[in-house]
Amino acid sequence: MDLGKIIAIAISMIFVNNFILSKFLGLCPFLGVSKESKPALSMGAAVIFVMTCSSIMTWLIYNYLLLPFNIGYLRTITFILVIAAFVQFIEMVIRKYSNVLYRSLGIYLPLITTNCAVLGVTILNINNFYSGGKAVKASFIYSTFQAFFAGVGFLVALILMSGIRERLELSDVPESLKGIPIAFIVASLMSLAFMGFSGFSR
Amino acid sequence: MQNNLIVSSSPHIASHDATPKIMWSVFFALLLSGAAGVFIFGMRALMVILVSIASCVATEYLIQKLRRKKITISDGSAALTGLLLAYNLSSTVPLWMPLVGGFFAIAICKQAFGGLGRNIFNPALAARAFLLASWPKHMTDFARPFTLDAISSATPLACFKLGKVSGMDELGLSYWDMFLGKRGGCLGEVCIVALLIAAVYLLWKKYIWWQTPLGFILTVGGLSWVFGQQGFLKGDFLFSILSGGLILGAFFMATDYVTSPLTKQGQLVFGVGCGLITFVIRRFGGYPEGVSYSILIMNAVVPLIDRYVRPRVYGVK
Amino acid sequence: MKTLIKEFTKGITIENPTFGLILGLCPTLAVSTSLINALGMGVAATFVLVGSNTIISLVRRLIPGRIRLPAFIVIIATFVTICELAMKAYLPALDSALGIFVPLIVVNCIILARAEAFASKNKVLPSILDGLGMGVGFTIGLSVIALIREILGAGSIAGIKILPGFEPVAMMILAPGALLTLGLLIGLTNLLRNLRGKPNLSRKGGCC
Repeated sequence: MDLGKIIAIAISMIFVNNFILSKFLGLCPFLGVSKESKPALSMGAAVIFVMTCSSIMTWLIYNYLLLPFNIGYLRTITFILVIAAFVQFIEMVIRKYSNVLYRSLGIYLPLITTNCAVLGVTILNINNFYSGGKAVKASFIYSTFQAFFAGVGFLVALILMSGIRERLELSDVPESLKGIPIAFIVASLMSLAFMGFSGFSR
Repeated sequence: MQNNLIVSSSPHIASHDATPKIMWSVFFALLLSGAAGVFIFGMRALMVILVSIASCVATEYLIQKLRRKKITISDGSAALTGLLLAYNLSSTVPLWMPLVGGFFAIAICKQAFGGLGRNIFNPALAARAFLLASWPKHMTDFARPFTLDAISSATPLACFKLGKVSGMDELGLSYWDMFLGKRGGCLGEVCIVALLIAAVYLLWKKYIWWQTPLGFILTVGGLSWVFGQQGFLKGDFLFSILSGGLILGAFFMATDYVTSPLTKQGQLVFGVGCGLITFVIRRFGGYPEGVSYSILIMNAVVPLIDRYVRPRVYGVK
Repeated sequence: MKTLIKEFTKGITIENPTFGLILGLCPTLAVSTSLINALGMGVAATFVLVGSNTIISLVRRLIPGRIRLPAFIVIIATFVTICELAMKAYLPALDSALGIFVPLIVVNCIILARAEAFASKNKVLPSILDGLGMGVGFTIGLSVIALIREILGAGSIAGIKILPGFEPVAMMILAPGALLTLGLLIGLTNLLRNLRGKPNLSRKGGCC
């Protein structure tokens, strides 16, 4: 394990290769939940949680189940089922034990199952931290951090976007650009601004 | 209408100056630096400035005409955007670039959001980022000062970044040269003394406040000194301030009323944030200069700053 | 017969996934850097759509209602896996260009939405035509965006240089260009709708 590499993963996932602004993963909740800042915060927290947990589980399953039996090609099917089952399970648990938590976090969980950011990060982990069919050194730790920071990047983009969209509510945006189009234009300009971070070294 | 705009977008202005007066004051104050740019880089620089302003004003006029809105090109804001965009370009760019950039600035970054007072991002800087992403070769080619033919030269910051030089003396430049503007760079950013005169005038007229520029400049200078390339506490404080577009950005673009926070504390936070990002990009990023990107990124944070940094309501804990 | 043709054409016209329903945005933005990539993605998604619609329609009476979503996901994921393996074997260049967006077809909202809204309630032939129409509509939407981005951003169509002397707007093939193009195209669609007295497009649901 190498602290420098973890910092590099953090910077890459939050700023340089931000899931929303440069990789286009998870755009739909980004558009759907970014109208106000409070739900945006809850959604972001839910995404970080689900992404990190899913990444841990799928890594373990891939390494100890799929690889030994030589059935790596079942990756897509297995991962999506694991994620869907996990999200369902968490939703039930939260609903049973904490009404407050359910209302602030739980209602966003079903939206996450089909969020490509979650499945995307688990597949990206396998692509990045396996080489030649074997886990690289500290692969598990890097994968977990990659998922966590990808979620943080999602949260950052979502919060900035929600603040901007709240302000845009008061603006005289041309009628046909209202709603989705102006959100895309804002995202485009944010993405342009984040390009300043490209080419980070050391 | 115009008074309305002032009240809603910038309540921190206590004076009764209307938008056009402020905009044109900033515009004319900035002309000194443009004149210096033309003196240093030749008539080519003047062409870039004129095309940029014309493009911005024409785009504003056309869109307001198409949307059947009141034509507001006389308020000076489009002209100021054009001037600032030109100041962020090299004097050697092909003339269609300020044309396209001006259109992008006004059409996409300003009018799509509903016009003056509504844009989230600084139009001139967003257009610069667009041009840099689209035609990086033209944008990073700079004329050597006082030579009429376009011999390309790198900016002092780019030389530092590429590791070509390790100190001021190797660049063949003195601090005095950099203060006067005898270096490669964007046409409106090189002459620091002209920019400072304009800044002092605007500060005296209370059209801009000191919080953002000071926070911005001291953060960049301080961090460059402490964590400079030359070693811990050995960085070049003055060089980091005089090089690149820091003075232009800090006094004239980070202080834009529309895209900066409403409160003074907020403006200080905004300036320090800009400084931090600028330093990080200069020191670790892929680009030699980060002033314009840092302001754009902080533009996106302004709604959050305005929410969390606001004056305490009297009598409430 | 008329209704069958309508099942096919609705996906291309009024219920177009990209410009009508605004679904499947992530792959739309990510792979529309060139026409070739867009067509590859479109064909792959169409294959999965038609395949999953067929099977789901065949077994629609056998799946208990409560576990239908996981069952649909398994069926869709099977076709995605077939598609992944076939692409790796026969079109490795396209496979690496599309990257993780090939396995991510499984969470493409268009496919699950068609399974849930159409194939699980209709006979096999209409379901096949519905899938085919949606797939073609998606491919067309994707190709329009890719065409604009490739011409402006690289000065070429499907890799062949056109417009000599034109200096491409490189931003258009980068991330900001994708977001801007889609935003402006949806704005244009809205404008055309507004002129005919219809409201702006909106999205429902939280899936991609």
